[in-house]
Parts: sequence; C-alpha cells; structure tokens
Amino acid sequence: MELKEITCIVCPLGCRIQVEMEGGEIKSVKGYSCSRGLEYAKNEVTMPKRTITTSVRAIGGHLPLLSVRTKEPVPKEKIQEIMLELAKVEVKAPVKIGDVVVKNILGTGVDIIATRNLYVK
Amino acid sequence: MLKYDIIIIGGGPAGLGAAVEAYEKGVKNIVIIERDKYLGGILEQCIHNGFGLQEFKEELTGPEYAQRFIDKVEEYDINVMLETMVLEITPDRIVKAVNSKEGVFTIKAGAIILAMGCRERPRGAIMIPGTRPAGILTAGTAQRYVNMEGYLPGKEIVILGSGDVGLIMARRLTLEGAKVKAVVELMPYSSGLTRNIVQCLEDFNIPLLLSHTVIEIHGKDRVEGVTIAKVDENREPIMETAQYISCDTLILSVGLIPENELSQKAGIELDPITGGPIVNEMLETSVPGIFACGNVLQVHDLVDNVTAEARLAANSAIRFIREGEFGKSNIAVKAGNGIRYVVPQKINVDNIEKRIKFRMRPVNVYNNAMLVVKSGDKYLLRQKRQRLTPGEMIDVNLSKDILKNANLEEGIVFLVEEG
Ligand SMILES: Cc1cc2nc3c(=O)[nH]c(=O)nc-3n(C[C@H](O)[C@H](O)[C@H](O)COP(=O)(O)OP(=O)(O)OC[C@H]3O[C@@H](n4cnc5c(N)ncnc54)[C@H](O)[C@@H]3O)c2cc1C
Ligand code: SF4
Repeated sequence: MELKEITCIVCPLGCRIQVEMEGGEIKSVKGYSCSRGLEYAKNEVTMPKRTITTSVRAIGGHLPLLSVRTKEPVPKEKIQEIMLELAKVEVKAPVKIGDVVVKNILGTGVDIIATRNLYVK
Repeated sequence: MLKYDIIIIGGGPAGLGAAVEAYEKGVKNIVIIERDKYLGGILEQCIHNGFGLQEFKEELTGPEYAQRFIDKVEEYDINVMLETMVLEITPDRIVKAVNSKEGVFTIKAGAIILAMGCRERPRGAIMIPGTRPAGILTAGTAQRYVNMEGYLPGKEIVILGSGDVGLIMARRLTLEGAKVKAVVELMPYSSGLTRNIVQCLEDFNIPLLLSHTVIEIHGKDRVEGVTIAKVDENREPIMETAQYISCDTLILSVGLIPENELSQKAGIELDPITGGPIVNEMLETSVPGIFACGNVLQVHDLVDNVTAEARLAANSAIRFIREGEFGKSNIAVKAGNGIRYVVPQKINVDNIEKRIKFRMRPVNVYNNAMLVVKSGDKYLLRQKRQRLTPGEMIDVNLSKDILKNANLEEGIVFLVEEG
C-alpha cells in the first residue's frame, strides 16, 4: 500500500487529500471537501494537468502583449512545449476576451484563448 | 458643487464590486474615480488563474475576473473618471481630485467608499547591506514588466520573500525562460497560499528556503550575486551557514501594505497591525459615512472575499445615505493568543441582521487547533480547524444570537487554543 499526500489546487482553499494506492489502483481518497477536489486528486495520481497562463506578442493593441490561457488544463509534461509554441505566436488587435488564439494546441485538443480585450491603439 | 450619492475611490475589484452592487440596489448617482488608464486595478497584471471560484464557480485569470464587473459597469453606464487621482478627502465627505482635463476639482458625496487597494513594501523597507546595483525590484514591478510590458527583468533570479506575488512570479519567470535559483523566506513558513507553493515552486523544482535570508548583495553596476544564510529563532543570520548564489536579479516579495495616505489625512483612525482603517460591522471607518473594502482595509489573498466585502460596503453606504448614522459600536473585537488581527475591530449588535463575518489571520502555523471566541470567561464559539496558517485568511461567522451573549464591557476576543 502506498499513501500519496496531495495538496488540492483546484481552488485556493488548498485541501490536503490523502490517496491510498495499491498496484497502480486507487484504494481510497480522503480529505477533500468537494467533488472537484476528489476528481483532481484522482487525476493527479494518474495524469497530472495544469492550466497554462501566459501571454503572446500583440501588434497594434493598447498593450504590446495579449494575456492568454489554455481553455482547459493540459498534461503537465506538455507545459514547456506549449510555451515554446506560443513564443512563435503573434496576434493583431483588436482581440476580444475569450477569442481563440490557437486552436487545438499541439494536438492536445485544448484551445488557447485570450484573457483580456485588446483594443486598437 | 457637484454631488453624488456615493463616490468610490479606486477602480479595482473592490471599487467595481461596490459600484455594481449600489447600482443594482437602485442607487445610481454614483461615480468611480480611478487614477489609472483602465479599470481593473491590480487584477490587470495578474494574468495567472485562481480567481473567482467562489464568486463565479469557475476559475478565471485576473483580467477575466475584472472584465465581468467592467462589463456590468459599462452596461449600467455607471459614471467612471479615469486617469483621475483623488488628492484629498474631508470628514464632511468632500473629495478633491485632479485630472488633465479639468485640473483640480472638488465634488461632494453622500457616502464615500475607500477602495484604493495596497502597495508593495518598497526596497528601502528591508535592510540588506551591500551596494545598490541595478537588478533589484519588487515582485509587483516584475509582474508588470513581464505581463504588461513584455520585458524580462533578468536571466538568473533569486526571490526574497514567499508572498503570493513572489511565488507567482517564480513560475512566470521560469516559463519565460529565466532560471529562478531559489525563493528565500525569513520565516519558518511561507506567507503564500499553499496552492501557489505547489503550483509555482514544486511543479518546477524551485527550492523554497525557509528560515533563510539574504545577508549581502554583490555587484557594482548590476547585481552579480547574493549571499544567503539560515536564521535562528530570533531571525538572526547564522554566519557559518552563509552561501553565495550568483544571479543578475533580486526580486523582493516582502509584503503589501494598505494604501491609506488619503484616509490618514481625513483623520480616519488606522489599525497599526492591518495598516487599514479601523471599521465596524458596516465596514464604516471612524469617520461616519466613509466606508472601506478590499485591500485598502486588509490585504486579501482571494479576490472573491474582496467582492463580498465590497457588497457589504455598498449596502452600508446606501443605508447611511437613507437612514443616517448607525449609532455607537458597543462591543470591542480583539485579537487574542495566536491571532494577529481581526476585522471588524468593533461592532454594534443592533445593526446586525442575522450574522456577521469576521476575517482574521493567525500569527503562526497551527494544525488541528481550536479557534475560539470568548467574552470574558465565557466561550461563545469553539471550532476545530484542521490547519491555520498566516498565508490564509480565516473567516468566522457569528450569529446575532451568539453575539447577544457577549458581555459588553469585556468585548469579544478571538484566539487559538492548541492541543
Ligand atoms: C500578485 C497578486 C496575486 C494575486 N493572486 C490572487 C489569486 O490567485 N486569486 C485571488 O482570488 N486573488 C489573488 N490576489 C488578490 C486580489 O487580486 C486582490 O486582493 C484584489 O485585487 C484587491 O482588490 P482592490 O480593489 O482592493 O485593490 P486594487 O486591485 O489594488 O485596486 C485599487 C485601485 O485603486 C486605485 N487608486 C489608489 N489610490 C487612488 C487614488 N488616490 N485616486 C484614484 N485611484 C486610486 C488604484 O490605481 C487601483 O486601480 C492577488 C493579488 C496580487 C497582488
Ligand atoms: S477539495 Fe474542493 S474545496 Fe478543497 S481545495 Fe479542492 S476544490 Fe477547493
């Protein structure tokens, strides 16, 4: 039996969740306060995911950058690759909050979306 | 003189939340005054996620959270004065402000809501011997450079202080290709949220050195390195543990302080611990008709709590303009053993409808401790808390029925009982 201690990061409460594992199978989960936390703990021991928040270059906008994020969390080990891919991206103002900036990034099935309005300068 | 029912100073989440709430409750002759070019406050540069889970049941980035409120302000056509700086407020609620179009002008308010947020403790606030080369900046400034201006402040970085802004920036700079060599924290615990330690440091194998500090900065024109050392229980550096780390940038994340020059000039009484105004259950300051919410009142970790506070301030302001003064507070609220401060600092039970929320921070980390509310020798509440840490604000709800049992002379005290 193996006990994994996880800090839930789905919300800022940061509940401590204990997952009991046996032969790669989840035996029990304790310490979570909501169903989102339970799901997070299960995923974290099998396939950890993160939301990436960053920015891409912008042309002609009120800021030189457009802040963006992955619409859903992506596998943790893809973070570096996605960052390198986003370094090549450039957008033109105007952009609306929620607009898709890159569709299905690196085949993950997840879109990159704008997290702010970018106005024409 | 132009008169508004409510003048809101600051257009961050606190100011926006208060404005939207007042409008929705039917008080429409209001104005938000913001010194920046845009609404949104500090959230505009907080492009990471972690905002809004309680308020919107989804996880948003800072600008997305702000936009939800900005959209409402636009939809309702609430008056906004941008690039306008408030210079002075008076106890009779006259607001003096300046902008390039109108110059200096004064307006009168039925009620004022302070929502000026906080600022970072500057570099001068901590004493580190050594030269003062380029390459030392605060975490908030670094955040603005990277997220708003698109400029990386350095390649090899040491961060002093493990507040949330510092943790967030450790990850942000790493993602942008910089090497964050260590986060150095004087205290034996981090003042940041647990989730940020996991997501921003552990995910990227960035060492968090607790009970350590920077004892010297090296470099003439530009930072070349820092010497760090472990500290003892009295936070004195242990010289034998000194080690050199080469770096070109030192980022300071050594805390935030509420922005209260304006309040002070108006004669508003401040709490020496929070740095914010002393308020009652209505979030009214010591000057009647002037209310405070958000980081100007106490430094918050979660914007959702800022929004909740802003709503309360707006409703109190409305009650003030309709009904006048609230009457004297009759119960003093104190921080006892293990608690650093409690907001509000005084209450009047008669003004409370059903229950009231107290917000506080512990002085230390406690596991499985009892959070206790007492009045004299009498226990009003005992609650088991799995984990209390200074990095996470504690909420305690007390009902009017419980508060009625308080002894007026003794006041009420919040404390931690261990074991
Ligand atoms: C780096 C960082 C990371 C954070 N991360 C999270 C997180 O992950 N999740 C979360 O929920 N919360 C987070 N928070 C907390 C949350 O964002 C803040 O508590 C909240 O933004 C505070 O809102 P506010 O309106 O009180 O202050 P602010 O956003 O600072 O707004 C104050 C406004 O008042 C204006 N102002 C000040 N003085 C004057 C004047 N004299 N005249 C006119 N205008 C004036 C300022 O320009 C500013 O726009 C974070 C905070 C920081 C700093
Ligand atoms: S378990 Fe639920 S409440 Fe606890 S941190 Fe996770 S999401 Fe938040």
